Amino acid sequence: MSAHLAFFAVLAALSVLSAVMVVVHRNPVRSALWLVCNLIVLAVLYLTLSAQFVAAVQVIVYAGAIMVLFLFTIMLLNLGAPEALRETGRVQRAVGAALGLSFLTAILGAGAVSVGLGAPAATPESLSTGGTVETIGKLLFDAGQPWLFSFELTSVLLLMGIVGAIVLAKRRI
Amino acid sequence: MESLATHNLVWLITALPLLGFLFHAFVGKRAGRAVVGYIACAVVLASFAMSVIVTVDLMGLPAEGRRAVASLLPGLREPAPWIEIGPLRATFGALIDPLSMLMCLIVTGVGGLIHIYALGYMAGDKDHARFFTYFNLFIFFMLTLVLADNILLMFVGWEGVGLCSYLLIAFWYEDMENSKAGNKAFIVNRVGDVGFALGIMAIFATFGTVAFHDPSGAGFLDMAARGVSAQGALTVGAATLIGLLLFAGACGKSAQFPLYVWLPDAMAGPTPVSALIHAATMVTAGVVMIARVSPVLVHSPVAMTVVAVVGVFTAFYAATIALTQNDIKKVLAYSTVSQLGYMFLGCGVGAFASGMFHVTTHAFFKALLFLGAGSVIHALSGEQDMRRMGGLRDRIPVTHGTMLVGWLAICGMFPLAGFWSKDEIIGYAAGFGVVGPFLAVAAMLTSLLTAFYMSRLMWKTFWSAPRFRETPRVEDGFGGGGAANALNLHEEEEAAHGGQDSGAHGGVHAVHESPPSMTAPLIVLAVLSAVGGLIGTPWANLFERFLEPAVAAYPIHHGLPVVPGLVIGAAIAAAGMGLAWSLYSRRREQGAILSDAQRRRIAPHRAAANLWYVDAAFTKVFVEWGGAVATAVWRRIDSGVIDGLVNGVAVLTDVLSERLRYTQGGVTRIYAVTMLTGIVALVVGVLAWGLGR
Amino acid sequence: MLPVRTEYYLVLSAALFAIGVIGVTVKRNPIVIFMCIELMLNAVNLSFIAFGRHFGHVNGQMTVIFVMAVAAAEVAIGLGIIVAIFRQRESIDLDEVALLRY
Repeated sequence: MSAHLAFFAVLAALSVLSAVMVVVHRNPVRSALWLVCNLIVLAVLYLTLSAQFVAAVQVIVYAGAIMVLFLFTIMLLNLGAPEALRETGRVQRAVGAALGLSFLTAILGAGAVSVGLGAPAATPESLSTGGTVETIGKLLFDAGQPWLFSFELTSVLLLMGIVGAIVLAKRRI
Repeated sequence: MESLATHNLVWLITALPLLGFLFHAFVGKRAGRAVVGYIACAVVLASFAMSVIVTVDLMGLPAEGRRAVASLLPGLREPAPWIEIGPLRATFGALIDPLSMLMCLIVTGVGGLIHIYALGYMAGDKDHARFFTYFNLFIFFMLTLVLADNILLMFVGWEGVGLCSYLLIAFWYEDMENSKAGNKAFIVNRVGDVGFALGIMAIFATFGTVAFHDPSGAGFLDMAARGVSAQGALTVGAATLIGLLLFAGACGKSAQFPLYVWLPDAMAGPTPVSALIHAATMVTAGVVMIARVSPVLVHSPVAMTVVAVVGVFTAFYAATIALTQNDIKKVLAYSTVSQLGYMFLGCGVGAFASGMFHVTTHAFFKALLFLGAGSVIHALSGEQDMRRMGGLRDRIPVTHGTMLVGWLAICGMFPLAGFWSKDEIIGYAAGFGVVGPFLAVAAMLTSLLTAFYMSRLMWKTFWSAPRFRETPRVEDGFGGGGAANALNLHEEEEAAHGGQDSGAHGGVHAVHESPPSMTAPLIVLAVLSAVGGLIGTPWANLFERFLEPAVAAYPIHHGLPVVPGLVIGAAIAAAGMGLAWSLYSRRREQGAILSDAQRRRIAPHRAAANLWYVDAAFTKVFVEWGGAVATAVWRRIDSGVIDGLVNGVAVLTDVLSERLRYTQGGVTRIYAVTMLTGIVALVVGVLAWGLGR
Repeated sequence: MLPVRTEYYLVLSAALFAIGVIGVTVKRNPIVIFMCIELMLNAVNLSFIAFGRHFGHVNGQMTVIFVMAVAAAEVAIGLGIIVAIFRQRESIDLDEVALLRY
């Protein structure tokens, strides 16, 4: 087993573990914290996949901003106490587990019977500089690529988010 | 086929009564009784005149080609098309040949006389206009029946006369019994009509056409005469099927066993109705139809034998019942059934012309007898039970004299009409193969019974001592004479209904003769009954020659030598009449041979008086059991199954929606689970589909 | 040749997604459900990037950027809704907030 593979195995185990912890804990704060852990592990995985920019954005935006928002809301609503909510029923958990497992089986099965990905078309150049800020920046603001339009639209989307969040949070509209 | 010079008058024969019907239907009530009466009689008599003209014209053609087609709609040279669906073609056309013109003359002639009688009879009725509306409509349909150039149009007329029969039997419908009698007539007719309809279909299937004759020889009677059908040769099986089916229809209309049960009940209608429809014309429609399709029938010995046997059986059977009846009209009704049996016997043995001859003579004397009976009933203020009649010979001489002639005719006494026609049939029956002699013997026995029961009727009504209470006539301001009597007539007859033995209430008002409007037709019919048979004597059978082109030829021959046959016939009639004389002349006071107690005790008498329990059997099987089946079907199937299904759908919807409500419960998690389940199913499905290919 | 085969990353992504599914169906606290949804989104992001690397172009990462942007906006709005609901009633038990019904 090569070093890359070993490294990947560790990271994969960590991410699965933290995801399971998110679901298992009854305390939402703990769930949130485990989710943060999961996100950071994923960021490292992105690094191994030559997605340097995305890894950074993941940490800054996802783990840094979105999870903070989650924790703020949990604190605001004072849901820290686990007794606040009733236990989920056994039927529900069985159904959920069954659903998840069947989902996993379906996806893996689909993958197994597919024709496969074929040979990777990665070049050493793409592996090294494929995900850098410069590459992404060039692609994002290139007038010939479709991403520029999506970029502008995203700004509108974020504006909508701001406006919506403020409206929802007001006491009197 | 030739064409007639007077073909453009043919449409008038049927149109005139139709116009009379329309007039009476729309403006009859307002026009007043006199106008309605005159128009009703005038259209029928005018139709008679047209028939005479056309007949004379027809006789101008040579004998073999004595057949023509004319349009029933005015102004057209060729008959107008009516149905044209693929190979099925029918026209509004009239077939002018000796058979149809004979029937036209009888229907309009005798019908006209009966219309005149009805003028007097129905003068006081509150539904005067309605009566003549139906009466004219009946004439129209009967003429359509006999004149039709294709069997479909004949069926239209057939159904139409059935309708008019129902309307007229139930004329005084306020009494439930009359309505029931009308229903019975119509329903039993319908049973026969099923056979007729199937027969028409069989004809179309066999021959490919429903037209009787065609100029190019393509009518089914032409084909049958040549022995061909649409598939090649005409098979005996096909002819038998057609013959039996059509005969079933004839049994319904012409009251043969077992579909005769409606005719005695039909006496609930006014007497002119009984005379016209149930004696002279409608009931003979079956015989006419059989004679018309005789070219097909002669190919099937089985069918002919069936017709003959059923005919003679019915004749004998009805005669036994007539022996025991007390209502004068019922005796005549069963007598009609019996005489119709004779006609079918004649047709069944192949002597179609003889059958039609008996139709003609029967029309004369039976109409005479019925109208005379009406006159008797009128004279006795509505009494119909012969046990309360008697001694009327000198009180109503004209009625007595004419009924005497009718009596002699129906008994078959030389030289009146019934003698010639009846003996001709018996003679030909005797010569019909192996069963002929049996048929002839049965027919002769029936003749004996006929003579006896008709004599019994005459004795009880006229010649025995009076057995009714008479109150002197009160001058009541109506003035004297016939008109006043006529005004009361329908009430009397109405009052006489509700049972065979109800009679005049409160005794009989002074016995009086009928007015001239009623006695004149009686006299005319008496003359016809007397001399009408002379056109068919065995030595110069003008009648048979007249009808020859119209009916099928069949190797008939006299089973008895001619003169001995006639003598035997006269002897039988004399024996019957003599037996009655010997029995009744000794009992002039009672006017009856058996006492009431004896009647109940003697089993055959009791059985015959109860109509051999046939009516009771029909009631039990069809009315009671049929009703039970219908009720069960209604309860179990209609209410249970079908309603259950419909209601069940509603209940099912209710239950399902109760359960399915939870999927829209608003619980978000359930929505999520449902969505995810759907996604899994979708993925698996697409995988499986992809793998399957 | 790639050091780690792309298929491994895809399997990992599927596993994370499945865990997210289980979380969504089992938990009652809407915030935790939200977090599981984020988990699912991240799993998908991972698979996008793995594919991007496999095919040698950057489109996978571009998509992920936009996914993240949308996820941010979505979280903001979603949590705003949850806060608004909590103001109306004391409990945010999702089974009791059965408002989407006939």
